[in-house]
Amino acid sequence: MNKFGRIFAVILFIALLSVPFWLRGSYSSPQVQVDSQAALDRYGFYFTEVANEIGVKFAHTSPRLDPKLDHIMPIIASMGAGVSVVDFDRDGWNDLYFTNSSEGSKNALYRNNGDGTFTDVAAPLGIADLNSRENGVSMGAVWGDFDNDGFEDLLVYKWGRTELYKNNGGQSFTRLEDTGFPAWANINTAIWLDFDRDGTLDVFLGGYFRESLDLWSLPDSKMMPESFEYARNGGRKYLLRGLGNGKFEDVTAAAGIESSRWALAAGSADFDGNGFPDIFIANDYAVSELFLNQDGKRFVAAGETSGVGFSPKSGMNASFGDVLNDGRLSIYVSNISEEGILLQGNNLWVPRQDKTGGLKYDNQANNFGVELGGWSWAAQFGDLNNDGTQDIFLTNGYISADKTANYWYDYSKVTVGHNAIIGDAANWPSMEGRSLAGFQQKRVWLNDGAGRFNDVALAIGVKETLDGRGVALVDLWNRGVLDVVVASQNGPALIYKNNSAPGKNWIAFELEGSESNRSAFGASVTLYWNGKRQRQDLTGGIGFCSQNQRRLHFGLGTSGSVEKAEIVWPSGKKTTIESPGVGQVHKIKEQ
Amino acid sequence: MSTNVSAMNPLAMGGDAVPTKMWGIDSRFIAPILITLILLVGQLSFGILESYPQTLTAIGVCIVAEIILSYAVSGKFPHLASAYISGISAGILIRSPEFWPFALCAAVAICSKYVLRLEGRHLWNPTNFAVSFMLFAAPFSVASLSIQWGNNICAMMVIWLLGSVIIYRLKRFHITFTYVAAFIAFALIRSLWTGHSFLAEVAPITGPMYQLFIFFMITDPKTTVRHSKAAQIIVVLAIAGVEAILRLMENVHAPYYALFIVGPIANLIDIYWLSRKRTVSEAAA
Repeated sequence: MNKFGRIFAVILFIALLSVPFWLRGSYSSPQVQVDSQAALDRYGFYFTEVANEIGVKFAHTSPRLDPKLDHIMPIIASMGAGVSVVDFDRDGWNDLYFTNSSEGSKNALYRNNGDGTFTDVAAPLGIADLNSRENGVSMGAVWGDFDNDGFEDLLVYKWGRTELYKNNGGQSFTRLEDTGFPAWANINTAIWLDFDRDGTLDVFLGGYFRESLDLWSLPDSKMMPESFEYARNGGRKYLLRGLGNGKFEDVTAAAGIESSRWALAAGSADFDGNGFPDIFIANDYAVSELFLNQDGKRFVAAGETSGVGFSPKSGMNASFGDVLNDGRLSIYVSNISEEGILLQGNNLWVPRQDKTGGLKYDNQANNFGVELGGWSWAAQFGDLNNDGTQDIFLTNGYISADKTANYWYDYSKVTVGHNAIIGDAANWPSMEGRSLAGFQQKRVWLNDGAGRFNDVALAIGVKETLDGRGVALVDLWNRGVLDVVVASQNGPALIYKNNSAPGKNWIAFELEGSESNRSAFGASVTLYWNGKRQRQDLTGGIGFCSQNQRRLHFGLGTSGSVEKAEIVWPSGKKTTIESPGVGQVHKIKEQ
Repeated sequence: MSTNVSAMNPLAMGGDAVPTKMWGIDSRFIAPILITLILLVGQLSFGILESYPQTLTAIGVCIVAEIILSYAVSGKFPHLASAYISGISAGILIRSPEFWPFALCAAVAICSKYVLRLEGRHLWNPTNFAVSFMLFAAPFSVASLSIQWGNNICAMMVIWLLGSVIIYRLKRFHITFTYVAAFIAFALIRSLWTGHSFLAEVAPITGPMYQLFIFFMITDPKTTVRHSKAAQIIVVLAIAGVEAILRLMENVHAPYYALFIVGPIANLIDIYWLSRKRTVSEAAA
């Protein structure tokens, strides 16, 4: 044996063993809490959590389901904290609707008083008391003007009966009967869209548990996913075509959207540029699905061909952002990451055109630095510091209970089991008050404009570690900045008020359809300024059990002018606004 | 894993001889064929790989490292089947969104073969050493394979049956069988101890990680004891026992760490016994 060769091997071995210890430092979060002035100087903004101060004292509570699930109830009853933004009374101030989930708990509609305070008006308006054993409990809500009367109506999706409330001029709400919605289904995602471009809003509902299950009265304990990666025993999907009179017809089968995967989030936009809105679904325990709208009647499953439907993970969020300012929408899907145990990583699907002109996506989450976000839930794109690029606010955390004991071992033990094992809740070890991916630090990823995001959450004041679910971006005080609202599971809602440094410009657009649906869901605005362009789409629900403000907000950096804004309406019409003024909200009606 | 197939011949195996050919194929290629089959079935059926490029990285680094170190240490061009198995195993068993962990795991596995050895024998199974090291030292970017075979029991049965036949022909089925029996027995004990369902305790062994573990890692001829079949059975029982203890301590990486702990101890004892036996027989001669 060669002595020098042996010495070489030993030295090489020691060098290799030292590598992780050298790299460890680069993985620990370098950020520390800094004072507000330093945050302003460094990042251009900071957040102050003000929910209590402004009168938003909403706290979510979880349901108590069938006793057969008692031993793992925190895992099952782990969703329902949703938040959606609406200006329900059209007074020019954005209001907030929160969903609750325990039996007898109340949803809340916080009316923006315009003076910096908010008042819960859900009860007098008749949209608070929606959660009961008999009719199911709320999982989220989305607002859309289904009757094109100018006032956004309320759709509440539930484990139970999906509800539609007509908005009576911002003065009251009327629950509509015989809508055509499923009488009972376990829905965890819903979006408004106009898939056939007839000017009337349609609805997509995504089931989680299969619809035959009444979670309060289970025939047996075999109600869990049959697989951690390949489950197809979840709830069905519903594509409901709006008839404009509060009635909807089920066209799911005819449209070709047949899936029984466990849907947690859906979003709609025209990804392939054919003028018709497509549907993206982030599924738990499976791959994501992309259904491309062919002609307003028929969808084609394009998950595998586009690349987004391979490598199954735990999809919990679907949101869209123009991360490279190139006029194309990337899709962000959140998953699970836990050090040393389960590193699925979130997906940032960045589009590219392949040689045949087909739509293809590459997962660039790692390259962009937005891959590891803990047990991630909702994430939203928005320009938080008005520098002209789309940032990401992500919330996370699954079950924060006993800080000294965690459930990861038992969870990882059963989730690798065969379907006969994992699919039966009786086989799941009791949680016994333990945490599972709890007390996690949220992420605020700032886009540097060159394809890299940096997490600055702690540094800009986002330090709460409650188990977040929904996230909505909204300009709550009409100041030209994006504030952030987080709905916490089994905890209080959080409102992060944006304190922005002066010197950054912005512009916003509020769209109203005429030939298109009046909410203008499906419209896109591409803004051109200072040699840049950025696309934003108006969606009827995005993220995880969330809906952002309808106003499309663009940061401009220090640029004091805009070249033009191009609007593509759902109807296919186009509007170009030359040199729109900055620092203002442009209210545009489809001509 | 990293079954050193060059050792799969009667001379190298002492009394635990295995055929040099199986079904007309050189025995050294049997293990690579089986693990490639597992990889393909797993990937084409369920997409078990993090990605093809990452697995190819691991395989490539293993082969390059094997060539370099073999030349440096012994001046010979190595048989690359062993490196191929190490690479493919590392590429399957560790999960990371990045590339460097696959490269590092592969390099550590091969390097350990040339450094951690005594009297010409490995002390640790190279892939077990490397995977355990990565899980211990780099949890910020590495997890272990923790997915299931999906719902297609046929794919799982194909691997189990084929693997069993091959391992039987290689005369190592007693190791695999003993481990599986011991795992099930310890699962029953853990179930009684913790109050968790027996099926929950058995669940892990139905996953693909264990198929690699029982067909490649614990049966690796280079790193299993050579004293006797009985000794091999005792060692594998010890591995299952230590794993059960680690599982009771809720260690997520119990099987890797159990082999990491028991393997070198057993090999040191084996080397000592064989060396003493050799000394006695030489003295008698």
